[in-house]
Amino acid sequence: MAALDVAGVGHFYGPKRALNDVSFSIAPATFTVLLGLNGAGKTTLFSLISHLYDTRRGSIRIFGHDVSRASGEALRRVGIVFQARTLDLDLSVHQNLSYHASLHGIGGREARQRIAALLDTVDMQGRQHDKARSLSGGQMRRIEIARALLHRPSLLLLDEATVGLDIQSRAGILATIRKLVETEGIGVLWATHLIDEVEDGDHAVVLRQGDLVAKGKVADVVRASGAGSIRDAFSRLSRIEPAGSAEISP
Amino acid sequence: MSAPAMPEKVAGIMPRFEKFGLRHYLICLKGVVLRECLRFLHQRERFISSLVRPLIWLFIFAAGFRQVLGVSIIPPYKTYVLYEVYITPGLCGMILLFSGMQSSLSMVYDREMGNMRTLLVSPFPRWFLLVSKMLAGVAVSIAQVYAFLIVAWFWGVKAPPLGYLMVLPALFLSGMMLCALGMLLSSMIKQLENFAGIMNFVIFPGYFASPALYPLWRIQEASPLLYKICLANPFTYAVELIRFAFYGQVDWLSLGVVAGCTVLFLAAAIIAYDPSRGLITRKQDTGGNA
Repeated sequence: MAALDVAGVGHFYGPKRALNDVSFSIAPATFTVLLGLNGAGKTTLFSLISHLYDTRRGSIRIFGHDVSRASGEALRRVGIVFQARTLDLDLSVHQNLSYHASLHGIGGREARQRIAALLDTVDMQGRQHDKARSLSGGQMRRIEIARALLHRPSLLLLDEATVGLDIQSRAGILATIRKLVETEGIGVLWATHLIDEVEDGDHAVVLRQGDLVAKGKVADVVRASGAGSIRDAFSRLSRIEPAGSAEISP
Repeated sequence: MSAPAMPEKVAGIMPRFEKFGLRHYLICLKGVVLRECLRFLHQRERFISSLVRPLIWLFIFAAGFRQVLGVSIIPPYKTYVLYEVYITPGLCGMILLFSGMQSSLSMVYDREMGNMRTLLVSPFPRWFLLVSKMLAGVAVSIAQVYAFLIVAWFWGVKAPPLGYLMVLPALFLSGMMLCALGMLLSSMIKQLENFAGIMNFVIFPGYFASPALYPLWRIQEASPLLYKICLANPFTYAVELIRFAFYGQVDWLSLGVVAGCTVLFLAAAIIAYDPSRGLITRKQDTGGNA
């Protein structure tokens, strides 16, 4: 069963088309990079997957649960790190995480144990009583990742999670997420426009102005686009002139 | 691209989720209420300003207008009362009104800043999350009202002792109505800057076109049209419900109107925040064919 199955999804903002007939799947324990320039439709796609917007064209399933019809069951299986910072700055790290745990029906000792374990995972042990306001951008992101993992999701969505961070913080966060794919078997959809975050073994989905222009293993996307590297492939695929979809079989 | 088969090691560790029961719902409700209370405690300025506003009316406005605005004997009062005593239920209503609108403002702010998303992507039903958020707002409002009543007590404005307990359900219901209205308004406000319109078009008209500061018979004498507007204003009934409750009485008309408006505003807010039917989605996706 696919961790995420997006089938024929489209979305409009008024008359402006944001997504057009987008279809792809993500398997568990895989790292899939959602590539696209600003305005390509990445955040819209995230909002549809997380049911912030209703899917009016096509369907989205998370481990077989339709996001529109069974949103509760679907959302229990997904952890989300949004592009914008979503920690409550007036609350402590522990209070922020406890709040999220309660939003998933996890309370008391179980919540405290999970919070302690996850702060270890994201290398933020000993910071639970610090106010969120006192953390750096990279530390906030780590806490947001811990928060997204609190309810033990099987699919993790990260929308431009490393934007605005220094190289060291970016590398640390990326390494943490990649390790989770290996050790926990979590499926990851990592939206970015930073091409150096992509590795050859990853899967890639490339959006351009709301259209899906390539999908498959990174090496296959590069080969099919006729480029020598993922950077060149992304440049070619992101050009504004019309181009056919480069479907690559895994 | 079809999804490859799940690796065996992964199939074994995928968690199974038990169905949400009452315990999980209570944990969620407690978490939302606790967060709102913590936020309120951390924002001391908000607490102080929420207390100062009605106290200014009580200490200055009421003292100044005591001689000008005489109040005849009207239910629930059995004798002449000081003007300070008359406006105290109205000031309680004022705290609830401002607090309800404040939670509306905080929802617009949370939506703009992204915090709202963490609530809306919870797997609990959207209606339950919104009701929890409302209950959290009401809990904070009621705490503010009692803080005000303590100060008023020391100022010499005293209700019957039992009235302080009897008023609690009235405060709760009125707070629910005003929080639900605030929530509905927050779904219609696209940007934080537009909130000033709420002040001008909801809070001030709602407060002044009510018996909070002067009895309705005085308004009727001054302007029959304004009197009709007051009668159509749900806040009028919230104030009267609180006023009667202070004296251990129930104003059934007010109770009916406040309960009805609570259900109406809440239902509208739930529809507005439902991504498949709501106003927010309509703003996002009008189904155009670009």
